[in-house]
Amino acid sequence: MFDFTAVIPSIPYILEGIGVTLQIVVFATIIGLVLGILLALCKIGNIKPLKWFAEFYTSIFRGTPLVLQLMIIYYAMPQILGFNIEAMPAAIAAFGLNSAAYISEIIRAGINAVDKGQQEAAKALGVPYSKMMKDIILPQAMKNILPSLMNEFITLNKESAIVTVIGALDIMRRAYVVGGQTFRYLEPLLIAGVIYYVMTLVLTFLGKMIEKRMKRSD
Amino acid sequence: MIKVENLHKTYGKNEVLKGISTEIKEKEVIAVIGPSGSGKSTFLRCINRLEEPTSGQISVGGTMITEKNVMKVRENLGMVFQHFHLFPHKTVLENLTYAPINVKGISKAEAIKTAEDLLKKVGLFEKRNEYPNRLSGGQKQRVAIARALAMNPSVMLFDEPTSALDPEMVKEVLAVMKNLAESGMTMIIVTHEMGFAKEVADRILFLEGGQLVEDSTPEQFFTAPKSNRAKEFLEKVL
Repeated sequence: MFDFTAVIPSIPYILEGIGVTLQIVVFATIIGLVLGILLALCKIGNIKPLKWFAEFYTSIFRGTPLVLQLMIIYYAMPQILGFNIEAMPAAIAAFGLNSAAYISEIIRAGINAVDKGQQEAAKALGVPYSKMMKDIILPQAMKNILPSLMNEFITLNKESAIVTVIGALDIMRRAYVVGGQTFRYLEPLLIAGVIYYVMTLVLTFLGKMIEKRMKRSD
Repeated sequence: MIKVENLHKTYGKNEVLKGISTEIKEKEVIAVIGPSGSGKSTFLRCINRLEEPTSGQISVGGTMITEKNVMKVRENLGMVFQHFHLFPHKTVLENLTYAPINVKGISKAEAIKTAEDLLKKVGLFEKRNEYPNRLSGGQKQRVAIARALAMNPSVMLFDEPTSALDPEMVKEVLAVMKNLAESGMTMIIVTHEMGFAKEVADRILFLEGGQLVEDSTPEQFFTAPKSNRAKEFLEKVL
């Protein structure tokens, strides 16, 4: 049933996909985190239009399929913009914008979970709002939300496999291509599965390490 | 130093402060006393605008507090909370140096020196590199007092500073406060510690039902209170 001999020469080709997947995940994470923090601040702030925008944004990106968002950016946006978008930037944009919606909810909940006394103490010391958020509230919120945030990154890492629909040569796409060339799908797909699983294990381990470091003050 | 004129505070339909007026002079130590729900904490929190007064005016050092200058005024008003509110992710020393460096723009070296001196004063120098969670309640509160003092305020506000402490830790905090009073700090203390109020305060403000019922010296208040309400209160607590 298993015959890896035909697939072995293609293993390096599939492994190269790790770089592509990581590129998408890392850049999307950065976009998601920065945008997510900004959206979360809009949601908890007092400026109504920003609040509405942030809530609308979240509801759109959570309320429609990710693969639809990806296809709109890759296939439909050129119709509006008048130029084509490469698969990689389109993938990074789609995943970044999408995870920003989820991350903003995680961060909003994390900020709200920080004891209100912390804000009062900062205010009483005359600390301005922006510094209070950056130095006092967000670091404490981050500690609380790290497990959920890691979860989001793990999901992102696996979900990135859907870039295969726009032809980006990630792990998944490469496994599929090898399958097509060798007429054996089982082995390359299993290899892809193992790669994703190992990546998830590594991410989980990293998350635990960071969590441990942040527990210093407990 | 501090002037409060006709201060009102209403939450929805509930009027917590019903027109309080008083004046606090430099170096005065004021104890604010009263039954729970009398509005003592709200009164204190209105002074540094942690609560926005519904109406009335408060000035500190001759400056009327407005929404615009509130941040500046707060630098001058140290506040100590019932539940300490130390920054848990910062060490004891960092708790003391954060605001002087980031709000006042004092150099790090200078802030550390001031902080270390203050920690020596409250007897916690050797804990400077610990995180707050490693401290006892009494130690936390002493750090919180030192943190407020690190901003070099001209007035210190205390909101029931010993109410969350185990009995054996109350003393160490009160000792620090007593030292501070003797050093000439202007202090407003909301407290249930009658003995301490009697011993340390220059003046007692007795609040009940959102009104300033009595404003007198400790001797007079504790031996011959003028109002019946104060009499009843003292009978319950003494």
